[in-house]
Amino acid sequence: MFFLAAEGGESTHNPIIPIWQEIVVGSVAFAVLCFVLMKFVFPRMEQTFQARVDAIEGGIKRAEAAQAEANQLLEQYRAQLAEARTDAARIRDDARADAEGIRQDVLAKAREESDRIIAAGKEQLAAERATIVRELRTEVGTIAVDLASKIVGESLADEARRKGTVDRFLSGLESTGAR
Amino acid sequence: MFGQANVLAQGEAAFPPSVDDFYLPSILPWGAHDSYWFTKITAMVWIAVGILIIFFLVTYRKPQLVPTKKQWLAESIYGFVRNNIAVDMIGHAGVRFAPYFTTLFCFVLLTNFFAILPFFQISPNSHIAFPAFLALISYVLFNYIGIRKHGFAKYFKNSLIPPAPWYILPLLIPIELFSTFLVRPFSLAVRLFANMFAGHMLLLVFTLGGFAMLSANAWLAPVSVLSWVMTIALTFLEFLVICLQAYVFTVLSASYVQGALADEH
Repeated sequence: MFFLAAEGGESTHNPIIPIWQEIVVGSVAFAVLCFVLMKFVFPRMEQTFQARVDAIEGGIKRAEAAQAEANQLLEQYRAQLAEARTDAARIRDDARADAEGIRQDVLAKAREESDRIIAAGKEQLAAERATIVRELRTEVGTIAVDLASKIVGESLADEARRKGTVDRFLSGLESTGAR
Repeated sequence: MFGQANVLAQGEAAFPPSVDDFYLPSILPWGAHDSYWFTKITAMVWIAVGILIIFFLVTYRKPQLVPTKKQWLAESIYGFVRNNIAVDMIGHAGVRFAPYFTTLFCFVLLTNFFAILPFFQISPNSHIAFPAFLALISYVLFNYIGIRKHGFAKYFKNSLIPPAPWYILPLLIPIELFSTFLVRPFSLAVRLFANMFAGHMLLLVFTLGGFAMLSANAWLAPVSVLSWVMTIALTFLEFLVICLQAYVFTVLSASYVQGALADEH
């Protein structure tokens, strides 16, 4: 109003009264702006924000899942390891037991073998001794009868054989020798 | 785009500046004083709309999860209005109004900014037509939102009848009616308009004042320089006002919507 007065009232404009053409132009321009931005830009921004949130939360979830899987695998490996250890221990025990058994077996066999060999030796020895004794006995008898015949001057061989003198004598010797 | 430069070039630096300095001759038809369809003011509105559309479409053509610099800038503007105005004022329900408030904020901010942009140097918002229809949209918006949320009767009951003792109500109801339904659109429009009008007028006074003093007496040259220095300082002040008024307009619109959505008074 001051300016209107200053200009001597020749001003045709009142700044408080809107110019309707400007309202129309402004409304149309602003409507275009609203349409484009609210339809094509800001909804996509919301989508991007949401996608970002999802990506971050999804990343955390994926990490958690991976962690859980890793933990599970670790547990599994631990269990397998423990199982393998007990298996190994069992196998070792078995092997030890087997070895012991085999040793015992071999020992028993060896002992048996040696016993058999010793027994065979003894038997052979006894047989040879018996043979030798028998031969000695005949020989000693023959020699004794021969000697006796030379002393007596006649053959005593038949006599001696008939009466078994020599044998009896030797048995007597044996029994006294054994005593 | 001709503004003061034109006035100065013609050597008719009329001092003091008048309201007529806000009403430049139209561009099409050239030089007409009674045609308002295509003036510097409407051209600036279209330019503002064009700049905003191009800026947002270009920066948000291919949005990525990890934003580029430009995309980050566009998102920051939207995020600022969304989180610091819409969600802060209205709460979680404010997100769905964020696109409108961001559009409003950007439009007001850019058209305000033309006030200090070289070669533009006047804001369309110094013509009351533009703040007026923006305020009218806000007015229709908050009333529509309130009626849709509560129903016609309950909305007006909520808005008009504050929780006060009955004997004070005859006093309060007219006040509420006046402040909520009559004054709001005007205060919204006039606040923005008057700020931009006064800002432009201030810059005109100090710029033209410098020339006026210089032509009146050469000895006044130092004062002219002081006057122009003041213009620069006031331009910074104007920048503050520009941002503040864009923010205030948006915040108040959001606050009205919040009030309409609120269950209690």
